[in-house]
Amino acid sequence: MRLEYSKPLVFSLALLPFCWLVYGLLTDQLGANPIETLTRETGLWALRFLLITLCISPLCWLTGMNHWLRFRRMLGLFAFFYACLHMLLYLGLDQFFDVAEIIRDIKERPFITVGFINFLLLLPLALTSSNAMIKRLGGRRWRQLHRLSYLAAATACLHFLMLVKADTRQPIIYIALLAVLLVWRLIHHRRRQSASAS
Amino acid sequence: EDFDGLSSSEFSTDERLTSFESITTYNNFYEFGTDKSAPSALAADFPDPAKPWQITVDGECDNPGVFDYQEFIQPYTLEERIYRLRCVEGWSMVIPWVGFQLSEVLKKAQPNSRAKFVEFTTLYDPEQMPGQRRRVLQWPYKEGLRIDEAMHPLTILAVGLYGKMMPGQNGAPIRLVVPWKYGFKSIKSIVRIRFTEKMPLTAWVESAPHEYGFYSNVNPEVNHPRWSQRRERRIGELLKRETLMFNGYGDHVAEMYSGMDLRKYF
Repeated sequence: MRLEYSKPLVFSLALLPFCWLVYGLLTDQLGANPIETLTRETGLWALRFLLITLCISPLCWLTGMNHWLRFRRMLGLFAFFYACLHMLLYLGLDQFFDVAEIIRDIKERPFITVGFINFLLLLPLALTSSNAMIKRLGGRRWRQLHRLSYLAAATACLHFLMLVKADTRQPIIYIALLAVLLVWRLIHHRRRQSASAS
Repeated sequence: EDFDGLSSSEFSTDERLTSFESITTYNNFYEFGTDKSAPSALAADFPDPAKPWQITVDGECDNPGVFDYQEFIQPYTLEERIYRLRCVEGWSMVIPWVGFQLSEVLKKAQPNSRAKFVEFTTLYDPEQMPGQRRRVLQWPYKEGLRIDEAMHPLTILAVGLYGKMMPGQNGAPIRLVVPWKYGFKSIKSIVRIRFTEKMPLTAWVESAPHEYGFYSNVNPEVNHPRWSQRRERRIGELLKRETLMFNGYGDHVAEMYSGMDLRKYF
């Protein structure tokens, strides 16, 4: 396939979960509690895209090809897109934009606190994703800032784990995937350091 | 309909019923999986008609017994009870149950003076209940009531809903319904009813004692660490509504808890 089609293709694929949810909503296929389904699914897709974004660097090392990097910003922004939908559903359809109630909720319910922190971590990442912002910050500072994505993925996993009632299988799968991605980075950087030292 | 000519009850609410579809496809029944859609997919043929359903009544009583399902329900007149059901997760339904008062069963068993609580046990059969193959909770599921709660006229054993036999996913063939408590107190697919002197250790208390208490009365003032209990989403509605103390049954049941600190005994 020609390289210039690859971006629109990945974009369309990343938009599929959204289309599927809208279709499900319009055709009444989201179950007895569609708002809950929408909230859960958008949250899950935000987490999945965070992890997919974190797969890009290992993919480059593994294949020895750097052109995977061309998808990273888009995938990261899709994580933010699904996180925004998730947040909006909570603010609008769970709390009906009642600010006092929302503040109380963030204070009282630990998993909401963690979810909120997670969203705050994603914000600077999304806001500094443009070329202009990379230029303004400088590559080094920009890269440092974007290490927040590791913390964001970790808090997203924690948020999911805290929400589950008794069956922790699913969040543990995501936590394991994140652990693999982070440990991989650690090993990779150690190796590079020792290679440059010798 | 499986049940005809059911008498209505003064305890029924006249609120709009939740659809049969929603009641039978949105279920917390971990014996069939932790997903809410799992029970309707896996419990359609539950219980296996080839396996007779027996109910044991024993413990601190003078007239214990083991009954086949038909023999167990035969003495009682079935009626329709339309109750609100409030789940601890913050959603609610209005369900037309078919059943009879638990008090009739308990009286027949003649509890003795040591009978302070009633413990209920769900069937343990991983062959029929695939969710029991993983230890998400300590199987079999157990629940319990104080004896006055169990004797209360609002507390029923239900054998059906919407005039039909109880669907597998809703706790066939017989389940408890305690409308002023969170849904998980209303234990499904009962095989044993036992009078005890000590407070029974219930499944959710055993699993997470800081999150779930023995009483688990619906109480908008006492939050669960994960779910605010002030409001609830009635299934089928967009806006949330205020949660009522004792799920709106306070006039009938509040007296049983007078003088108790409901923050401590949550």
